[in-house]
Amino acid sequence: MTKIKRTSKVKQKKLKIQDLAKIRDKAKALMTIRDGEGRGKVTVHMGTCGIAAGAREIMDALLDQLSKSRVKDMIVTTSGCAGFCNREPMATVELKGQPPVKYIDLTPAKMRKIVEKHILDGRLVAEYALAIGSETVY
Amino acid sequence: MVCAGTGCVSCESFKIKEALEKEIQKKKLQNEVLVIATGCNGFCERGPILLVQPEGIFYQRLKVEDVPRLVEEHLLKGRPVKKLMYVPPAEKAPVPKMKDIEFFKHQRLLVLRNRGRIDPEKIEEYIAFEGYEAMAKVLTKMTPEEIIAEISASGLRGRGGAGFLTGKKWEVCRKEKRTPKYIICNGDEGDPGAFMDRSLLEADPHAVLEGMVIGAKAIGVEKGFIYIRHEYPLALQRMEIAIRQAKDYGLLGKNILDTGFNFDVEVVQGAGAFVSGEETALIASVEGRIGNPRQRPPYPAQKGYMGMPTTINNVETWATVPNIIRRGAAWFASLGTETSKGTKIFSLVGKINNTGLVEVPMGISLRDVIYGIGGGIPDGRKFKAVQIGGPSGGCIPAKLLDLPIDYESLTGAGAMMGSGGMIVMDDKTCMVDVAKYFLNFLRDESCGKCVSCREGTQRMWEIVKAITEGQGKPSDIELLQELATATMDGSMCGLGQTAANPILSTLRYFKREFETHIKEKRCPAGVCLALIQYEVIPDRCTGCLACKTACPKDAIRGTLKEVHTIEQDKCIKCGACFEACRFEAIETLRDEAIRIVERAR
Repeated sequence: MTKIKRTSKVKQKKLKIQDLAKIRDKAKALMTIRDGEGRGKVTVHMGTCGIAAGAREIMDALLDQLSKSRVKDMIVTTSGCAGFCNREPMATVELKGQPPVKYIDLTPAKMRKIVEKHILDGRLVAEYALAIGSETVY
Repeated sequence: MVCAGTGCVSCESFKIKEALEKEIQKKKLQNEVLVIATGCNGFCERGPILLVQPEGIFYQRLKVEDVPRLVEEHLLKGRPVKKLMYVPPAEKAPVPKMKDIEFFKHQRLLVLRNRGRIDPEKIEEYIAFEGYEAMAKVLTKMTPEEIIAEISASGLRGRGGAGFLTGKKWEVCRKEKRTPKYIICNGDEGDPGAFMDRSLLEADPHAVLEGMVIGAKAIGVEKGFIYIRHEYPLALQRMEIAIRQAKDYGLLGKNILDTGFNFDVEVVQGAGAFVSGEETALIASVEGRIGNPRQRPPYPAQKGYMGMPTTINNVETWATVPNIIRRGAAWFASLGTETSKGTKIFSLVGKINNTGLVEVPMGISLRDVIYGIGGGIPDGRKFKAVQIGGPSGGCIPAKLLDLPIDYESLTGAGAMMGSGGMIVMDDKTCMVDVAKYFLNFLRDESCGKCVSCREGTQRMWEIVKAITEGQGKPSDIELLQELATATMDGSMCGLGQTAANPILSTLRYFKREFETHIKEKRCPAGVCLALIQYEVIPDRCTGCLACKTACPKDAIRGTLKEVHTIEQDKCIKCGACFEACRFEAIETLRDEAIRIVERAR
């Protein structure tokens, strides 16, 4: 088990109710790429299912390929289980101006190809993709 | 049609839907214009998206202020508002949309609304999607009575298995005058095949924390425990991180959000016993004692942790609470059926094409889950049964596939909602073997306190095991039913009281299969090792040596290009030859040459 890191060295200020809204807006702006400056966002899904299927290797390949290609404006993040457990490892790539694309059955090699073709060149890799868009929420 | 994909929802598409409905009422257009929420169209970057049919006009990047003008101009006067319109690119995307994928399109995320889109180790991301807002509302604007009234009005029932009305449970504990009172989150999730709670704890731990603070305010509690089984290291880790971050922000602990309300929480790790999921055994475990259940009454609401009033709820129940406060009880109660409100998360596993975690509205049919979401049975096999509710549940056969999923329907069919494990079985599954598996599980996990459970599960398992080995007697079925009654009646806790369900349920729908095992010493599904043997089909065998090489016991005779034979007295029925032959057959497009038949006598 990894050590639990504190998010900041300085003791975090305790929130009041109005602070919640401020954090919400700030965090949302950082997370969505639409109004931000970044090129886009990649989420590697890491629940126990994903990790068991090899999500950590996918993450390593992703970070390595991004660094090799000198991409610095991509947000890379993780999430918990994305639900479709038998198609893990999965990753979602969302570029500015395009719908999010869910990739399934990934291998490190496929992830690298997605970096080259989708992230750098803007063309989604249809043969690795499950679907575009997001899930329906109530 | 208002898009309800997570992208648009996070840009307030629900507020737009409400504004639309209000404006349409105002202009008296409700009989001509229908407003519905739909799945994602893939234009997330342009959301919130609105689609007006039958013209097929898309509106993009809508704000609530745009709605009156839109209704006035387009819906009333028939003049589409060009400034707000969006023209989708001409070429069709080669990739399908999420809302057209069978696995996802029947699901409605409520408790799992944050799935796939937040990093659970960053509290800011939880807050970004309206996290802790329900808690803020509860701590500043609602009294305990009002909170409980809201939960009761929603019709929420415990998601751990028993389905007890949550509002009622909270009310009973709230009325208790002795303090300190406690709340506990049951994350023991012991059912084989169930991983809903694990996924929720790993993906969205803050949802559970927020629900617990709300419950604490409602019941009058300052200390809570989150019991997570030892086998879930990632869930334990992420929950610890979540608690640390929430405390740092003042969202947990003393003086939450500067409102003067105190509530602290501690994570307790389970020690590997299924019975510790039972509420009194869990409390014993939290107290540091061996996880044995005790007599009830008194119920934990009166005498729980350390003999004080305690409310225990399942992980999923706690995580549902903030959503009810956020969207309202009436809205929650509009989902589901008359007696089972809201949505339920299931882990869909087994002989099914699409496995994973599904959240569906109560009332959806089993057929829609298995053939819609699940994509049907792989390898062209036939559906035989679906086991719901874990070891305390039961098997539902094909003829009941149109049953709606709700508490009463499932119990009536001899199964149970349970915590949500759904194990699909095909025609190559032996139901006697299934009964044996679950009875063995319960026998092993029985704490041993009650004679009826300890001896009952042992004997039932021994009898069913004998049946699978061809040693069954005709009187066994009646004996099993008698033992089942004795086990259920005499046991003190849920484990013993439902321990007979695996055998009762399989006997109810698959009695013929038991009789075949007993009277004819045959296993129709080809599973029970003592009753089957592997043999080579002579006219299909090409003598490729694949099975011979695979055999760990050197039990196959034959040389290259010569028909192979399996020596039955050496064969341990591991199936390696069967798999090797299928592999070869697939490679060279030949029919497989090994089959499973009844044992020669």
